[in-house]
Amino acid sequence: MTMKRRWNWPIWVGFLVVVAGLFSYGFFARFPITRDFPWANFLLLGFGIALLLVGLFRAFGRPQLYRGKIFGSIFTTIAVLVLALFSYEFLYVLRQVPASTSAPRVGQKAPDFLLPDQNGKPVGLGDLLSNSKGVVLIFYRGFW
Amino acid sequence: MRSFQQKLPEFEARGVRVVGISVDPPGISRSHAQKSGYTFPLLSDPDTKIIRRYDVLHPGAGPKSADIARPAEFLLDSNGIVRWLNLTENIAVRARPEQVLEALNQLSSAGQ
Repeated sequence: MTMKRRWNWPIWVGFLVVVAGLFSYGFFARFPITRDFPWANFLLLGFGIALLLVGLFRAFGRPQLYRGKIFGSIFTTIAVLVLALFSYEFLYVLRQVPASTSAPRVGQKAPDFLLPDQNGKPVGLGDLLSNSKGVVLIFYRGFW
Repeated sequence: MRSFQQKLPEFEARGVRVVGISVDPPGISRSHAQKSGYTFPLLSDPDTKIIRRYDVLHPGAGPKSADIARPAEFLLDSNGIVRWLNLTENIAVRARPEQVLEALNQLSSAGQ
């Protein structure tokens, strides 16, 4: 006969925080301060894993009192994998950008172009430069 | 680009135009501009001719390993000379309009 063991809340809350840390990336990416380095996501992932470890410690340290040895281990493993993949994506994959060593440098003339705009109307660099004090060219990855 | 749209009046007040360039065909750019409220031109370079000429090609980084543009920003003066540029080392990190406006401020104070 064993008495009913207590709900090991840090495991559940910790796992929820980890999930929130992953899926809030799109939200935090809207603000430059949390996009250039996703510290808010790393903070949530780290906090969630810390809670999971507290829960695991309780489950293995006092198994007669707390539940969660098995699912706590599973959740913690998933959480650590999430952190590893997120770190790999941000610290490695997103940094695989070509060097662009032949891009025009400061003081060089920008190459001319003639390209259709979103309405199909051709726009040349000369058109943009005429009657203007300058042009900002923003190359972006696109939405396909 | 959302942030450049927000700061667009400040660029217009300085007589500076803002344009985007990508591999998106005009139809995609049009729906994207409508959805996001972009009022500056989005130019279309599907065969990456101009993207290559600026050496800002990111080979195989698009859907089905298509070639696309890497993020890059150039500020040109009225003669088409590059005065400032930003080649990010992280795809998620782009130039902010404040950086370009600051570069414009320095250019105009240096030119006086």
